Amino acid sequence: MSTQPLGIPPTRPMDFQTKTMRLNNLRRNIANYVVSSLAVIATILVIIPLVAILFYLIYKGASSLNLAFFTHLPAPVGESGGGMANAIVGSGIILTLASLIGVPIGIAAGVYLAEFGRGRMLANAIRFTADVLNGVPSIVMGIAVFALLVQGRHFSAFSGGVVLGIMMIPTITRTTEEMLATVPHAIREAALGLGVPKWRTVMSVSLRTASPGIITGCMLAFARVAGETAPLLFTAFGNQFWSFRLNEPIAALPLQIFVYATGPYDEWHRLAWAGALVLIVLIMVSVTLVRIFANRGVLKGGS
Amino acid sequence: MPPSRMTTERESGSSMPVPSPMPVTPPSVSMEETSPASGSGAPSAIRTYLNQRGSGRLADNSFAAVMLICACSIFAIVLFVFTILVLRSHLSLVQFGWRFFTRSAWDPVAGDFGALAFIYGTLATSILALILAVPLALGVAVFITELCPRPLRAPISFLTELLAAIPSVVYGLWAVFVLVPLMRDVIGPFLSKTLGWTGFFEGPNFGVGLLTASIILSIMILPIISSLTRDIMMAVPNSQREAVLALGATKWEMIRIGVLRNSRIGIVGAIMLGLGRALGETMAVTMVIGNHPEISKSLFAPGYTLASVIANEFSEATGDLYLSALIQIGLALFLVTIVVNAIARLMVWAVTRGAPARVS
Repeated sequence: MSTQPLGIPPTRPMDFQTKTMRLNNLRRNIANYVVSSLAVIATILVIIPLVAILFYLIYKGASSLNLAFFTHLPAPVGESGGGMANAIVGSGIILTLASLIGVPIGIAAGVYLAEFGRGRMLANAIRFTADVLNGVPSIVMGIAVFALLVQGRHFSAFSGGVVLGIMMIPTITRTTEEMLATVPHAIREAALGLGVPKWRTVMSVSLRTASPGIITGCMLAFARVAGETAPLLFTAFGNQFWSFRLNEPIAALPLQIFVYATGPYDEWHRLAWAGALVLIVLIMVSVTLVRIFANRGVLKGGS
Repeated sequence: MPPSRMTTERESGSSMPVPSPMPVTPPSVSMEETSPASGSGAPSAIRTYLNQRGSGRLADNSFAAVMLICACSIFAIVLFVFTILVLRSHLSLVQFGWRFFTRSAWDPVAGDFGALAFIYGTLATSILALILAVPLALGVAVFITELCPRPLRAPISFLTELLAAIPSVVYGLWAVFVLVPLMRDVIGPFLSKTLGWTGFFEGPNFGVGLLTASIILSIMILPIISSLTRDIMMAVPNSQREAVLALGATKWEMIRIGVLRNSRIGIVGAIMLGLGRALGETMAVTMVIGNHPEISKSLFAPGYTLASVIANEFSEATGDLYLSALIQIGLALFLVTIVVNAIARLMVWAVTRGAPARVS
């Protein structure tokens, strides 16, 4: 394959300015501009309504929020005032229970994936299952726990805690694993080189180093299940009064928001907005923290 | 791959933290006894001390076992959910079998159940939501990865992540008080005037219905699809982009040939993850879909989805057959979302495999 004459006579330089080429270039540039502007328009179309939702929620919520919301029981129908004190406490009880179940198991599973199971078939299968489990609708989880703990018995705070705890596990597992993966191997090797047993290395070195990220990962999972309504409909069930016992129906913030939002009274709607604001603030704070820790330079440089 | 090599080195070293030239005694025994000298003469003080301390192998193994059990609990959860759903829907499975999913009767009083209307509602809202959300999500992802000025990139992706975390019931609240009136007074009349001839926008428009549910669903799945697509596009190596640009391509051609073509499997996976979310979405849809089991061509008509029928009727279901029919709907939802999510995860994983770990 040496110097064979191509299609073009070698004496004449190639002409880039023929009519077809100009048209072709024009078409390509127009396509470029059209698509670029479409992408920009799409972003604006998405961002503006989303920001609008956020600000509308904050505006409506802030104007409805007052001290009574945090201190009073729901008022009887027809009376104004009242709050969601029992729902806030109820959510607190359910979520504490959920965290007691979900956080240790989730972190332990994450530790297995990151520290013991690297590259093993089983670990890959667990990781995959956790991701798939994350996508199972919460209402299906609710049914399963209902069938196990509620059917034939009472609606109870305990069953609500169990279902939310189960839902926390996959999220915490994956965050813990990802955070542990950012811990530099040199730190672990230093500990092991000093003769520290592996379990001690994991507890005091790996987990300690990754702890800011893991804690915020737990908060993220916490915030996610804090807003879950569907599985609580038939496990915790809701309650208009104070309830502290684990074997009784208990009120929860998202449930109360749902009931009030679909109810016919203006006063209920006001309380629903206030409750939504409280939920959103909780979630925004935790998501922001996760973002900060995930991007923090301290954990960079590993693996 | 340096990390895995380091891991193996570390693991082989860690199985015996106390380096001893002659491991004569099993570690459980060496806890108590001061082992004899390993070399010549009396054992050194350090060797004696180390032998007294024990190797900690027992603690290590039990720690690893506990971690493994916790990790396997994830399998256990999936199995448990599946088993219990099958067991509890037994009555309805026996009575109706597969015909359950092809019949549209839903009459709790007569004990006649069929899920077709709910399947229609779920599919219609999910697919419509995808049609609305996917082009926008792709546009956002392309903008963020390829066109966006660097200072804007972080805030926009942060905002989309934030919106993915807002609970469903809050979206529902917003939809009930903002979107429904908007649909009833502005968007609905406009659509029936301009597109009424298609037959999709006929009949009375109360603001609640399939279309409203689809819009709120699309708003909810948008952040998920766009942030996943963004991650997938970021995983495309820059050399691909540079190669296409070096051949004289315009930016759009670079995106089309260098980025989209390389990541198309992952993008399909991201869309399917969005679909999985849309199929199982409960609260927001329940609040705006109208909750009436009927199959209607008009998108203004009220509908019902698999998830929302469970949410509405489960806690007041009377009779075993009624309850087991609802659980069978749950079982169908479980299996469908498992399959959709599994396929989607495999697709995403196929593309982002080489990319660094990401915090969602």
